[in-house]
Amino acid sequence: MPRVLLIEDDPSVREGVELGLRRRGHDMRTVGTGEAGLAALDEFRPELVLLDLMLPGMNGVQVCRRIRETSQLPIIMLTARGDDFDVVVGLEAGADDYIVKPARTEVIEARIRAVLRRLAEPAGRSGVETHGALTVDRVGLTVAKAGERLLLAPSELKLLLHLSAAPEQVFSRQQLLEYVWEHSYHGDARLVDACVRRLRQKIEDVAGSPLYIQTVRGFGYRFGPLG
Amino acid sequence: MKLISARFGLRTRLIAAFLFVAAVSAATTATLTYREARSAILQQAQDTAVAQFRDRVSARGIDLPPDRLGLRDMCLALARDGKARPWTVFAEYGSLRVSSSDRPTSTVITPALRAASQENSHGSFQRVVKDGKPWLTVGMPTLFNRGDGRQPTGLVLYAVMPLATEEANVAAMVSAARDGALPALLIALVPALLAARSVLRPVRDLRRAAAGIGRGELHTRIAVRGSDELAGLARTFNESSTKLEESVEELRRAEERARRFASDVSHELRTPLAGMLAVTEVLDEDAAGLRPDTAAAVRLISTETGKLATLVEDLMEISRFDAGAVDLHSDEVDVAETIRKTLQARHWEHRVRTELPCGVRAVLDPRRFDVVIANLVGNALRHGAEPVTVRVRSGWRDGAPRLVTEVEDSGPGIDAAVLPHIFDRFYKADAARTRSTGSGLGLAITRENVRLHGGTVHAANGPAGGAVFTVELPLEGE
Repeated sequence: MPRVLLIEDDPSVREGVELGLRRRGHDMRTVGTGEAGLAALDEFRPELVLLDLMLPGMNGVQVCRRIRETSQLPIIMLTARGDDFDVVVGLEAGADDYIVKPARTEVIEARIRAVLRRLAEPAGRSGVETHGALTVDRVGLTVAKAGERLLLAPSELKLLLHLSAAPEQVFSRQQLLEYVWEHSYHGDARLVDACVRRLRQKIEDVAGSPLYIQTVRGFGYRFGPLG
Repeated sequence: MKLISARFGLRTRLIAAFLFVAAVSAATTATLTYREARSAILQQAQDTAVAQFRDRVSARGIDLPPDRLGLRDMCLALARDGKARPWTVFAEYGSLRVSSSDRPTSTVITPALRAASQENSHGSFQRVVKDGKPWLTVGMPTLFNRGDGRQPTGLVLYAVMPLATEEANVAAMVSAARDGALPALLIALVPALLAARSVLRPVRDLRRAAAGIGRGELHTRIAVRGSDELAGLARTFNESSTKLEESVEELRRAEERARRFASDVSHELRTPLAGMLAVTEVLDEDAAGLRPDTAAAVRLISTETGKLATLVEDLMEISRFDAGAVDLHSDEVDVAETIRKTLQARHWEHRVRTELPCGVRAVLDPRRFDVVIANLVGNALRHGAEPVTVRVRSGWRDGAPRLVTEVEDSGPGIDAAVLPHIFDRFYKADAARTRSTGSGLGLAITRENVRLHGGTVHAANGPAGGAVFTVELPLEGE
């Protein structure tokens, strides 16, 4: 069962979520501040971070940025619905997904599993693929650009693997939400858009005129064509 | 008048009024002047002529009875006397007709003048226009003194002179009046334009300011110039908009307070709920091992916590709509697929019939559209009866393509008294049923979501008796 670090300042939420997830077999560590959370990273070595956006002192978005500076650890934000701006900022800062509070433990656990799950590989595909300057290793789950390895967050990696598995096929935001995030079809398409932006920053030569992740207006996104 | 004011602007009407007044006064002045001057000129001309002719006639002795030759000489002599103005002299005595010209009689001497000249010993005159030319004719009876006063001799002398000079003078006056009136009208245009401008500028300012207020720019004020009625109007406008701004500001503050309160309450409720909701599963799972009473109590708490969470979420959603703090994250979607996904996510696909044409694409917020469809279908399943049908078609309204979605149930329909309130918050159709499985905000949230898309939703009873909810959204987004 995954080791989960929960950074949440409200004791009742902290205790409730800890109790629920621990019952489901997760190895839990909970802290009340961002600073304590960052301090616990090295020692606890979590596989996933549940991060409240509204924290005293260092806020959730700042914590998220700090983690992303050194690590591609999966991060799920906890947020109140309606804090739309924070959601967008948190996603830009590199969070992989978010959960709206209050949420049942089963919902939280389903999201954790989804973020940690490896994408099901299409049959007959394995090994290393080359797309332009990009090298995608579907088994080793690494991506390199011009020989240099890129650090991709889990959602970014999954999105890239999904899109590049079917070059030039257009996927709607709703489809990507279902396949990559395992959200409902009617989930928040901003997850997709924010993830695409982050991915473009890392893989495109010019983020403003993307070559690999292209937008198809009114329909969604596709990988390439590179020619 | 209404037609004129409808068709022409204030400026045109003001200028037209100015020009009209100027034209009337110019014309009146010119006409009066012309008439006075004309009569003065003519009067003087004829007075002089009559007096001169009388003098000349009375200065001449007359031999009675006159003969043709004597009269001819006399006529010629009199004609020579008319130095100031040439006249032709005609003499009439009985049937004798003599003149100073080569024609013995004149065509411009009228019978009326002849009759008047016989009667009036001081002489008579008449102005005659013949073939477009004006003439002055003077008739002068000759008199002799028998001791008992002056008696007419029966010889009447006539002087006939053209009034061409006077006519030219009068014509010159007319053209002078005309030439004077036209520049006067043009000059009148200047004050007309100035007056129109001075009236219209405040009016234009006022219109612009009123439009600004209409757009919600409540700080709009007008510069007050002078102290006339328009300045008073501007002052009143400024005072009114100041008061309006204050009232609106006060309302806004009150609304802000109410909104913040509702939002704060929901936030405060949500935090403990988040903790409680996370542990409801623990309660549910362990309830079986507890004593029956405790188990029932624990399950009740678990169930109600879930409902409370839904209620608080719906309350927050409504207060976000009230605060205008909602965003539309529009995307172009396949409508049939979107609706099928909504039904699948709630495991309704076997309870709901669908008529979803392929290939209908619309620009909408998928999450909000999901809420709309789920609320309407959920409402139909709860309060109506199966089968429930969801129907989609595209239509037109006001020249724009619309997406029309209908949700119809097979229940008894909605009471006509209830229909107008069906979208109200917490409205319960049945007073006895104080609680339902919904929060009581579902249809209100549905309506807000539809409005956010720029669409409409309404409820009615279908021909088969069931309730029909119809949602119309712009197909191409807002």
